[in-house]
This record gives sequence, C-alpha cells and structure tokens, in this order.
Amino acid sequence: MEKPKLVYATYIRTTPKKLWAAITKPEFTRQYWGRLANVSDWKKGSPWQHVTEGRKPEIYISGKVLECIPPKRLVLTWADPDALADQSRVTFEIEAIEDMTCLTVTHGNFKAGSTMVKKVSSGWPRVLSSLKSFLETGRGLNVWAGR
Amino acid sequence: MDAVFKALADESRRKLLDQLHKSNGQTLGELCAHLDMTRQAVTKHLLLLETANLVAVVWRGREKLHYLNPVPIHEISERWIGKYERHRLQALSDLKKGLEQNKTNKKE
Repeated sequence: MEKPKLVYATYIRTTPKKLWAAITKPEFTRQYWGRLANVSDWKKGSPWQHVTEGRKPEIYISGKVLECIPPKRLVLTWADPDALADQSRVTFEIEAIEDMTCLTVTHGNFKAGSTMVKKVSSGWPRVLSSLKSFLETGRGLNVWAGR
Repeated sequence: MDAVFKALADESRRKLLDQLHKSNGQTLGELCAHLDMTRQAVTKHLLLLETANLVAVVWRGREKLHYLNPVPIHEISERWIGKYERHRLQALSDLKKGLEQNKTNKKE
C-alpha cells in the first residue's frame, strides 16, 4: 500500500447514510462544495465528474469509481480533465461513532511533479468544514471565500 | 473546540505538529528521531492531538502513520475570521513574513 500524501478527518453530528448522500447526490454537493455537483451512477468502473450545473456544464474534476460500498467507502480516481495524466486517488471512509459520524478523506497516489497536491491541500479543509456545517446546520460555507 | 485549544496550548505538541507539517505521515519512531522527548512523552502528546482531531491516523499494515489534520483549525478561522477580512490578514501576514525574512538575511 502506498503511503498517502494527505489525510483529513472530520467528526460530524449526522448518520453515515446522510453523509453518504451529501457526498454522492448533486442536489446536496452543490450546497456546500462551491455549487459544484458530484455526478455518477456510483457503480464500480463508472465515470464520475465534479461539474458545474446549468446549460454549459464545466467539468472541474473527472475520474472513475474504483470502489463503492455505501455508506462506508468510496474510492475515486481524480484528475483535472485538462491534465488527465496528473491523476491521483481519493478515498472517502465513513464510520459511525456513537451519535457522530467520522469522515476520513485520503488523497494520494499523486504522480511525480503533480500540481494537484498544492491545489487540493488548500481546498479539502474548506470543503470538509463546509460539509460539516451543511449537515449540522443546513447551510454550507462559501468555499471560494478569499480566493 | 476546547480540545483543540488545549492541544495547541503546549509547545511540545506544537512542535509535533510542525514536524508533521514538514513531513506528513510519520510513524512514532520517525517523530521521536526529530524531537528531544522520550517515546512515552511523544505517545502521550500524540494521543491528545488525536483526541482533538488535529492528528489523523492511517494504518499501513502494522505501521501507524500520523497526519496533520488542518480541518479543526480551519473551523476556528471560519468562526472568528470573516470572509471579507481574509485578504487583509493574508496581506499583513505576508508583510510580517517578508520583513522578518529581511531581518534574518541581514544578520547572516
């Protein structure tokens, strides 16, 4: 097993099922993840996209679903569609702990010289804080603030 | 949030976080090699950091790897730093860094 580069964990007052829906359903992702939608049928081998909605969708991230075990584990490949060779891997792991749910996001398998590491290492803490706020209060944060 | 502040209110624990900031995903052994602390002390501090969720843990086989988890720190900044202030604070922080850099360069 490769040693992952980035690991993030957040404890959210919610259930694994709700957290799973918040990650995989476009109507939820757009409310906390910079108005972007995660779109896929979430089957192993299927494509997935992190994409704007509307008439002219703009794909920010695309990849394949490597593993999908709802509501526990989701493994995706991750790349900017303009730089597909710079591919990495993201794993979401969900674990219930009493009345909370722990989400661990692992981002690794970066290619040598990847420019993605820098981009995502400032992005993930924002997205995960926003996800927590969204699930606990019904409102996400502005993840683009100050950018 | 209490746990985060308690965890950060100790120089040794901040040093541990600095080590992980330098190189993420270290084992207990690797962390001990860089710090002037006993293994027991490092273990104790790491546990506190884990409890505060400032350190996330990944098991690779029998190896326990420690990662700096910035999510709770981000939540603190979201709570007290308005989204409109961020730019100004960044500018001030860059200025401070720049000026302090010059000072150390001159000393050398």
